[in-house]
Amino acid sequence: MVTLTINGLELQAEEGQTILQVARENGIDIPTLCHNEAIEPYGACRMCIVEISKGKRARIVTSCLYPVEEGLVVKTDSPRVISNRKMILELLLARCSKNKVIRELASQTGIEQPSFKSEDLEDNDCIVCGLCVRACEQIVGVSAISLVNRGITKEPASPFLGPAADCIGCGSCYYVCPTGAIKMEDRKDTRIIYNWKVEFKLKECKVCGNYWAPEKQLEYIRKKWNLAEDFFDICPTCK
Amino acid sequence: MANITTALNQAQQLGLLGGNVLGSGFNFNVQITRGGGAFVCGESTALMASLEGKVGEPRAKYVHTVERGLWDRPSNLNNVETWANVPVIINKGADWYRTLGTDSSKGTKIFSLVGKINNTGLVEVPMGITLREIIYDIGGGIREGKKFKAVQTGGPSGGCLPESLLDLPVDFDELTKVGSMMGSGGMIVMDETTCMVDIAKYFLTFLEEESCGKCVPCREGIKRMRQILDDITEGKGNEEDIDLLERLSVTLIDSSLCALGSTAPNPVITTIRYFKDEYEAHIKEKRCPAGVCKALIHYYITNEKCPGCGLCVKACPQEAITFMGKKKPVILDESKCIKCGACYDVCKLEAIGRR
Repeated sequence: MVTLTINGLELQAEEGQTILQVARENGIDIPTLCHNEAIEPYGACRMCIVEISKGKRARIVTSCLYPVEEGLVVKTDSPRVISNRKMILELLLARCSKNKVIRELASQTGIEQPSFKSEDLEDNDCIVCGLCVRACEQIVGVSAISLVNRGITKEPASPFLGPAADCIGCGSCYYVCPTGAIKMEDRKDTRIIYNWKVEFKLKECKVCGNYWAPEKQLEYIRKKWNLAEDFFDICPTCK
Repeated sequence: MANITTALNQAQQLGLLGGNVLGSGFNFNVQITRGGGAFVCGESTALMASLEGKVGEPRAKYVHTVERGLWDRPSNLNNVETWANVPVIINKGADWYRTLGTDSSKGTKIFSLVGKINNTGLVEVPMGITLREIIYDIGGGIREGKKFKAVQTGGPSGGCLPESLLDLPVDFDELTKVGSMMGSGGMIVMDETTCMVDIAKYFLTFLEEESCGKCVPCREGIKRMRQILDDITEGKGNEEDIDLLERLSVTLIDSSLCALGSTAPNPVITTIRYFKDEYEAHIKEKRCPAGVCKALIHYYITNEKCPGCGLCVKACPQEAITFMGKKKPVILDESKCIKCGACYDVCKLEAIGRR
């Protein structure tokens, strides 16, 4: 066990835990966008920055990645943290000027309009946090999509921007996206994920007749777990 | 690549590399991996990702690479320049090596001396030598007798230092103190014809393209700073721009994931610190003092000085200058002029002016 201080509170933590984990366990709120408990931390959005000091030197680190240390002093809301986080939100808002999630998050810190010229503002939904790509790789185990290009042109994309051949249509990317940037739709017996240019036939339940999951996804799970051929003939509700 | 491959083959043939080095029972080999050429792969963790065959993207270094680096194993990363120092230190001893340099930076440093200077090339100098000695004694001073304006050290994300700092002893600490860095050992000398706002924009444009795009402050911040500098150089800047550039700089320094983002503001911060008058001339007077920013300059003919020789007429790619006959001044049509400066360069009689 290590002892650290967050916002003046002396806390006990397990070695190997991150500052963010310890803060959240103790009811201390730190905002995040690119973080998901089930996925390896990545440190892209920088929303979760905190100020740490050990001895004289104080610096800004991302709490989602920083492992706790004995005697660490952490501030989650120092003036330096707040002003940095505000500017990061201004940058995100300038990129996603119409996105509801970003607008609300910015508004909570008192930012309604970024400091940049209005003609330079953009209308993106994606903040390039990579959660979709990481979920597809780490949770689903498929890696149907990837981050492509670099710098301001970096984006999650399907191979060669064509239909994502390995996508199983599970929609993990859609569910995990913090800003609603992934457009997915279930139209009766078809699932469409527009971002990856893919369409899937949905499986019909033999009992209720509802279309409940993509056939390709169910086949992927069935083979992975060596389940019987008729295992998914009936939907979970009817089972 | 060819030279180093030859050297490795020779070392292997001589038994200096490979299995059982010189019969000692010690195995040691060297393998060369060719990089893809991304600037960000100068960042240690990005370099290691690249070696692993992944995209050259840095990760947070809260767990140091000496503990978990390449393939998640303890790793020692050094520049080739550092390795090149090792044989000399072994042969001549550490005490000898320590006689060179300053209290905090020992030994020598290689700089890539380039720009508006007479002698360009790689120079090896003892740490602690002044910028003036490098630029004037080794570099032979500024080309064409022009006036020195600034020197940028440390590569694209280094700082631009003014004439008043020419007597600065060059070492790691001193360069950091004045807002620049040793960085890659680049040293670019600029003369009076360089616009410092334009040069800041140039370096940020480079860094914007080379940012890996992983973290928000670097990816979005450099772009916004470059947009602001674009505006200033086009005469569309306003007085709040300098403050906004400084606020963005603080966030990039504090919150970026790696050193590409945290050093990217250096060219901007130092040009604002040492050449603020140039920023103000662009913003308040819509004037580029160095005559570089095309949107802010105009070419004109001084009729009294023009003998109608026609050299400028031939040089103009836009046919913006009309020949009116010998001994009659030419006429410049500003609506056709693209401000390339070809006429200005070719006229030996100063009949073409720029303001």
